[in-house]
Amino acid sequence: MAKPKFFHFLGCIIPHRYPSIEKAAKLVFEDLGIELLDMVGATCCPAPGVFGSFDRVTWATISARNLTIAEEGGAPITTGCNGCFASLWDSAHELKEDEELRKRVNENLAEIGREFKGTVEVTHYVDVLVYTAGFDKIRKKIVRPLSGVRMALHPGCHWMRPRALKQKDDSERPRIFRELCETSGAEYVPYRDELICCGAGGAVRTADIKVSLDFTRQKFDSINKAGGADIIVTPCPFCELQLDLGQVEIQKHFGIEYQFDVLHVVELLALAFGHDPDEFGLKTHLQYMQRKSEPALDRLGLSA
Amino acid sequence: MASTESQPIVIDEPDTSFAEMIRATGGPNIQSCFQCGTCSGSCPAGARTNYLVRLIIRKALLGLKEAVISAPELWYCTTCYTCQDRCPQEVNPTDVIKAIRNVAVAHGHMLMNHRKTAAKVVETGHAVPLDKESWQKLRASVGLEPVPPNASGNPWAIEEVRKITKVSGFEKLIGYEELMKAEAEKAKKKE
Ligand code: SF4
Ligand code: SF4
Repeated sequence: MAKPKFFHFLGCIIPHRYPSIEKAAKLVFEDLGIELLDMVGATCCPAPGVFGSFDRVTWATISARNLTIAEEGGAPITTGCNGCFASLWDSAHELKEDEELRKRVNENLAEIGREFKGTVEVTHYVDVLVYTAGFDKIRKKIVRPLSGVRMALHPGCHWMRPRALKQKDDSERPRIFRELCETSGAEYVPYRDELICCGAGGAVRTADIKVSLDFTRQKFDSINKAGGADIIVTPCPFCELQLDLGQVEIQKHFGIEYQFDVLHVVELLALAFGHDPDEFGLKTHLQYMQRKSEPALDRLGLSA
Repeated sequence: MASTESQPIVIDEPDTSFAEMIRATGGPNIQSCFQCGTCSGSCPAGARTNYLVRLIIRKALLGLKEAVISAPELWYCTTCYTCQDRCPQEVNPTDVIKAIRNVAVAHGHMLMNHRKTAAKVVETGHAVPLDKESWQKLRASVGLEPVPPNASGNPWAIEEVRKITKVSGFEKLIGYEELMKAEAEKAKKKE
């Protein structure tokens, strides 16, 4: 069988702030026999809640420009970011539904000799892991199950919402992301506020960092009320930044200290597939860089 | 609109032109709202700020454009789409809020921080750019090439974005030239 191939859409936060996610994705996809192709010249998706809030036509045009790179190359896109996924997926969808928008976007794109044709499929790592690789294959690759590790989940918003449009999962009772994370062998810890937003999206982090961090605090408190967790796992680098670096910022702004190791789902799988934390640079998470601390490897069942 | 919150706003006849604007900008179902409050009841932004999505929608339907687009709380929605998934009337409140924000920005209501983020994409192709050597070192330290294959290492891609944002009017909208000038002057003063 031919190797499945995907254009790897990096976005901004993964390659520029959390490169460990990019590296972990490469390790995990390689292990699963899935090829990731460079998407040369791709830009910011651009952030859906930010640029979509400023000017919908410009947002859709820059996003469509990214889509045309994959259309030219003739392979679907995959991304490890809920925000990038939302921009690329939503714009592809809206451009197919809304003729007026498509006309205006293609007029803009004509300026740079490009045209959105509507042939590209947009996926998230979660989709590729669950549906292209499949749980059976993933389970076979688990050589270091994270048994006994208490794992809280933060699925985030934009992969599964809006539900009626995305049709990925039941956004009130999602199970797909949980099932994927549970293949790692870690123990799922339910908490009341699992499904609320991390607080970073919609240009709120840029508008008012304290309001934004207040969402994050609510999540942390809710996890602690549920008995605490060793790790928080998310499918999104912007959520990861908010939950990881956010701990340092919460300490600065509110004087409250939390200690959670935060992992992207591909980082979780990289560990469970037997890769050492240093192979993808777990310790480069901004929380550790700023606190001059280290991941709590003993809590992960990996001796330091 | 003279709007001290304590004074009631007199509305004889709702002005529908604002709602029309919102419908055209990405919130086509706004008029179906029957004010049940499911959206606000679900809203994590409303739980901690004075942001009330139901109120904004009602005000918009009444044509209170200035009050709606100039309110700072309009920017507290994180676009989590919880309200959109729960609204019984398929108003798509999140999309309505984004559409209202588009109208606000078109009328000059844009925070400085948002203008700066927008300008980053025009300048570098990325809202969060690879703007320090330390970020390249971070990449190298995890075994990746220091510059990724995105726009960071491909100036032609940034050129394409520049052309798009010029022709779409986005540069003007965010006052890109003025921002860049101000930044350059600030840098000069530092020297
Ligand atoms: S949930 Fe829908 S119908 Fe109810 S108040 Fe909100 S927007 Fe209106
Ligand atoms: S999308 Fe915005 S308005 Fe709706 S629930 Fe989330 S934060 Fe509130």
